[in-house]
Amino acid sequence: MRRFLSFRDFDWGLLGLVLILSTVSVLEIHSTTAHTRFSSFESKQIMFIVAGMAGMFILAKIDYHRLLDWSPWAYVIFIVALIAVKLVGHKALGAKRWIAIGPIQFQPSEWVKLILILAVARYFANLGGRNLTWREIFKAFALVGVPMALVLVQPDLGTTLTYAPILVAGLFLGGISFRQAAILLICGTVLLAGVWSSGKVLKSYQKARLTSFINPDNDPRGSGYQIRQSLIAVGDGGIWGRGQSKGSQTQGYFLPIPYTDFIFAAFSEEHGFVGALLVLLLYFFILMRLIQNAQTASDLPGSLIIMGIVAVLTFQIAVNVGMVIGFMPVTGIPLPLMSYGGSSVLFAFLALGVAMNVRMRRFVN
Amino acid sequence: MVSNGSNRGEKVPSLKLTVIQYGILFMMLALAGGLWRLQVLGAQNYRALAEQNRIRKEPIMAPRGKLFDRENRLLVDNYPSVSCFLVREQSHNVEADLPLIARGLNLDLDQLRATIHHFRFSPGYQPIPIKEDISADEQAFIAAHRNELPELETIDEERRLYPRDGFAAHLIGYVGEVSEDDLNNPRFAYYEPGDVVGKAGVEETYDALLRGTDGSRDVIVDSHGREVGYFGTQHATPGQDLNLTIDLDIQRAAEEALGSAPGAVVVMDPRNGDILALVSHPAYDPNDFAVKINRADWSKLITDPLHPLMNKAIQDQLAPGSTFKIIMSAAGLEEGVAQNMHVMCNGGADFYGRFFKCDKHHGLLDIDEAIPMSCDTFFYTLAQRLGIDTIAKYAIEFGLSQKTGIDLPNEMSGIMPSTQWELKNFHQRYYPGNTISVGIGQGETQVTPIQLLRALSGLASDGHFVRPRLVDPDQQRPPLSSDFRQALLDSFPGSGNRYVPLKPDTWMTITNGMAAATTPGPFHTAAEAHLEGVDFAGKTGTAQVVGGGDTHTRGGSKTPNAWFVGMVPRRNPEMAVVVLQEHGDWGSGSAMIAQRIVIAYVNKQRRLEKNVLQQAGAAKPVEVGAVWSDPQPAGQDMVGTPTAAVHAGHFYVDPDSQTGPVAAAPEALASGAPSLLPAWLRESLLRFKEELPQEYGTREYGPRESVP
Repeated sequence: MRRFLSFRDFDWGLLGLVLILSTVSVLEIHSTTAHTRFSSFESKQIMFIVAGMAGMFILAKIDYHRLLDWSPWAYVIFIVALIAVKLVGHKALGAKRWIAIGPIQFQPSEWVKLILILAVARYFANLGGRNLTWREIFKAFALVGVPMALVLVQPDLGTTLTYAPILVAGLFLGGISFRQAAILLICGTVLLAGVWSSGKVLKSYQKARLTSFINPDNDPRGSGYQIRQSLIAVGDGGIWGRGQSKGSQTQGYFLPIPYTDFIFAAFSEEHGFVGALLVLLLYFFILMRLIQNAQTASDLPGSLIIMGIVAVLTFQIAVNVGMVIGFMPVTGIPLPLMSYGGSSVLFAFLALGVAMNVRMRRFVN
Repeated sequence: MVSNGSNRGEKVPSLKLTVIQYGILFMMLALAGGLWRLQVLGAQNYRALAEQNRIRKEPIMAPRGKLFDRENRLLVDNYPSVSCFLVREQSHNVEADLPLIARGLNLDLDQLRATIHHFRFSPGYQPIPIKEDISADEQAFIAAHRNELPELETIDEERRLYPRDGFAAHLIGYVGEVSEDDLNNPRFAYYEPGDVVGKAGVEETYDALLRGTDGSRDVIVDSHGREVGYFGTQHATPGQDLNLTIDLDIQRAAEEALGSAPGAVVVMDPRNGDILALVSHPAYDPNDFAVKINRADWSKLITDPLHPLMNKAIQDQLAPGSTFKIIMSAAGLEEGVAQNMHVMCNGGADFYGRFFKCDKHHGLLDIDEAIPMSCDTFFYTLAQRLGIDTIAKYAIEFGLSQKTGIDLPNEMSGIMPSTQWELKNFHQRYYPGNTISVGIGQGETQVTPIQLLRALSGLASDGHFVRPRLVDPDQQRPPLSSDFRQALLDSFPGSGNRYVPLKPDTWMTITNGMAAATTPGPFHTAAEAHLEGVDFAGKTGTAQVVGGGDTHTRGGSKTPNAWFVGMVPRRNPEMAVVVLQEHGDWGSGSAMIAQRIVIAYVNKQRRLEKNVLQQAGAAKPVEVGAVWSDPQPAGQDMVGTPTAAVHAGHFYVDPDSQTGPVAAAPEALASGAPSLLPAWLRESLLRFKEELPQEYGTREYGPRESVP
């Protein structure tokens, strides 16, 4: 029964698209950091990409059914890790997102994303795609809600939000009915309004960040500053862009953190509408390719895993690019495969590894 | 579980996937639309915005909090410093100006060229730092050559000014620019590159308070990045000033007393853990770090065999030597063993088939004599009776092998051997013969000076052990927040404040034993450190180093480490001091250092007690002696009668009250005189109070002549 798996079945086309995007990322990081004290960041980013690819090939080798069987354990371990961050991570005199095990410090909230994708896929696959009862829906909410709450109190609003699309995709594909979805939507809106006005869950600086995108000119020196500089950068690019390393917003240090959260703004300034559209097109192809892989997957859990990944990537792209062009608030969510950062690069490649994994086993039965 | 038959045939409906694909397409189109709006439709507008109106946030550095001692005397200050930058686009020919600049700023021309070369790819408007912390002469040079050298710019900064020559260097620490490695560390999660952070000592522990919050200035610049005006300013919040528990007088006395010998001194108030002085020698000059330490100085510091960067008071882990006998005595007395022990010392004794030496023939003695004479034979026997695990139990109760939790970074925890420890670290059974050496503080036992101080002063305080501290959270303005206090406790875990109930007998015996050690008597180890009229108690330790044997050349690498722990008064001490001299030979030498510090302390206390001016704040009546004669009472005919006799007496003057003395001594005012003094006397007494010199009533106590 067990068939020899060949890397011929590996999605080389998808990997090619991802590597093009990674190259664009490295070049832009080089452009934004060349004259700053971060000038070694592009070589670090290359290291992260290489490490991520190694992890991707390893994950692709392990049968995803086995990953699914492990996911409940991993889920429990990381919930404990998140609680440990709250208790042990106290040491940092302020920030509590990290815990240290031996010499390695790690941020469990990034890893939880991957584990949640697997756990949610496993949960809905076991339900078998039929109509969901309210009880099952609430269980799914609890499954995602617990880590969300734990990350929110760290406090890390950006990462918390990236967990939500996993649940939404799971519910949508897992068989929620139109009526149930409508009821949830109404309840959710009321609850959000309540949370917002109560002022207990969100800190005031988080609220300020969330609203300033609507009219940055109200407060050009405060929280609207980043949005405003980002809009100027994107607009300054025009159709063809100012040219590599020539964006005055980027090179003149007007754009905040142009190598992570605002890398798309920097890229848009230097490469213009044409460049930005090409990058969006690359993302579009990657997402479509992933959805195609979900369609050809051999079973329900395989499809659900890939769609979970699609949901997270889509959400991050929409929120990050949306932020850069003034459609969305500043939430500190990085652009997958473009922004500088070890955890974010590693997550993207590991998630792709799991998707490849599903594809390679599409002929298993 | 997942791949069981039930969902084999199940698939995600392709309709739903198609819906999602269209959803993503719609999202992409929306984003592309947004880009179109900005980059195609709005391009002109935004290009203009990018060209003209630009607000750049420039940080305003918050001045770092100053450090004061417990009496508000300044320890660490900030000073304005000027750095020089070179902006290439402001000159036609920078290359030609370089020799003149190098001469004027006392720079090496080749090095200056290399610096400029390093920045050759940066934009011309970017300032290149060429010299930090320039002198007044160099500032004058720049001002005088404004026209010839328009490319030179200066920037004012605040820098740290530390006491010179490494005074209190280890407790204060130093600051430096946060490194890239630090930024990956969760401790620095909220820091940004370029921030100046505390790298050692109090500067590091209390960095979050001292640093304040940087402000920013919104600078309007033109398209080349040149400043054309200001938009607005968010002022920086200065860092909080901190009052350390250090007493500058005691710190100075301790620094001087220890001298150039490598070692450490800590003076603590065992009632609350306030560190009055903390010295580690050799020291480094933190001012070298305040600008930028040059490579040669740095490598000299880290390769020095005497470890100047090490804070020996909390990081040096050494055998405690005979100071450990106090802990042994407490263990023995608590166990009910030591009270009735009588041991015959003939210069040593046999244990487990080996002869263990004592350096004197003390004869027959009990514990009351064994402590001041520091008789090894007695404590060998006691160690054998107690066994290693009982000794370890008490030593650990008293805080050995744990950090004390002092608010300084990188404290070491020391070692207390036990059968468990031996099993865990060497996977073997504990050899009972080792217990004998542990009894006199040798063997594998290792303590830090601060640990030993906490343990012994806690025993002298009837089992009240304290957490040493350099900052009293309640004495700050404003007092530290409860969050910060909790964070401190979490960041610096240790044995902390603890009460270990002791038998009264234990307390009496060991405190009397330590008091006897510093009193002249046969074989008393610290008799030279005796101070007449001061209840000074202590215990010496001469701890042999591995492979050292009986070599006694001061400063040699195999010479014993000299310890002394002392306290004033012997029970419930107000001050306790530990002295460690690395390879300092006999512990009695360390006792002499402690004596000098105790003299400084006692003199200061007496000066404070006797000083009426100092007392003026406290509403305590002050005793004043006076002599006077009665004036003629007005309106009364006193011709022919002799003037009244001269009176003498003592008065209690309440320095706070404006009405004069509260009570007069009865013998001065015979025959029912009024209880309040006449106005003229009251006035003169008050004047007397004001004119009283600071040194009034102080008797200086020096070391006694040597005791035979």
